[in-house]
Amino acid sequence: MRGEMEFDRERVLPMLDTGFRQMVPHNAALNLQVLDCGPGMVVLSLPWAEHLVGNPETGVLHGGAISSLLDACGGASVFLKMMAPTPIATLDLRIDYLKPATPRRDVIAKAECYKLGRNVAFVRGLAYHDTTDDPIAALSATFMLSTKGAAVVPRSRG
Amino acid sequence: MSALRERLAEAKRTGDWQPLVDAIPYAKWLGLHLDLGSGEPICTMKFDAKLVGNASIPALHGGTLGGLLESAAVFQLLWASESIVLPKVVNVTVDYLRSARPVDTYATGEIFKQGRRVTTVRAVAWQEDRSKPVASANAHFLVFPEE
Repeated sequence: MRGEMEFDRERVLPMLDTGFRQMVPHNAALNLQVLDCGPGMVVLSLPWAEHLVGNPETGVLHGGAISSLLDACGGASVFLKMMAPTPIATLDLRIDYLKPATPRRDVIAKAECYKLGRNVAFVRGLAYHDTTDDPIAALSATFMLSTKGAAVVPRSRG
Repeated sequence: MSALRERLAEAKRTGDWQPLVDAIPYAKWLGLHLDLGSGEPICTMKFDAKLVGNASIPALHGGTLGGLLESAAVFQLLWASESIVLPKVVNVTVDYLRSARPVDTYATGEIFKQGRRVTTVRAVAWQEDRSKPVASANAHFLVFPEE
């Protein structure tokens, strides 16, 4: 039921990528793209954009943009773990900023929902350019499950 | 002194912080305004459709609240520091307390502990009712003196 055995990546990936921006205006505003997904796992890209810069002298992205990317990525990983249109809401998230993002480069984020409880889902993730071995930021987050409101694909906050 | 440091010095001198806020592209894009009228820096995130996370409730995207809280913490640090410093964020923990509705959101920071190298700032965000926060954050910054 939880999709571990019959995860159809070819079907889920385009659906997720489209719904991700259509249902979540802020994901569209950031132009987030879904690059890969699996059971309880998702890889997103945040294309570099001038208006997301935090320090105009260096061109380094603002922590808030990385925070939105990792939050969206974490929420999507929970959705992919449940494989059911249940509404969820971020309970808390911690982001460690490990090194500045390289100016003018897209940031990739990978998150994994490693524990799905009855009420709470636990997620960890990393933001990076080329490989998770050289991370820009690390995420640790929890999400409440079955919150009120209609479910969005892939994530909701409410 | 860098242009950003000059803007910071100017803000401290004139009390008008908005040119500094507007010099930060992401802060401007997020629609942040810094108001010092009450004697403490209060950061407003003007509602805009692009801030919405869940269109069905509707509710603001958690990431926008993270960005607002982190910014409020930074501005508190800049405002409270006597010297011209540019803090470097180490990490931030955000608690989401209530669904944030599609209206203006306010945030302010409080310096909790100022160490020799690390400063701990707490920030809280609310909407109509300050006694009902929608999110709070705890952030650590490395603070370097003038280079």
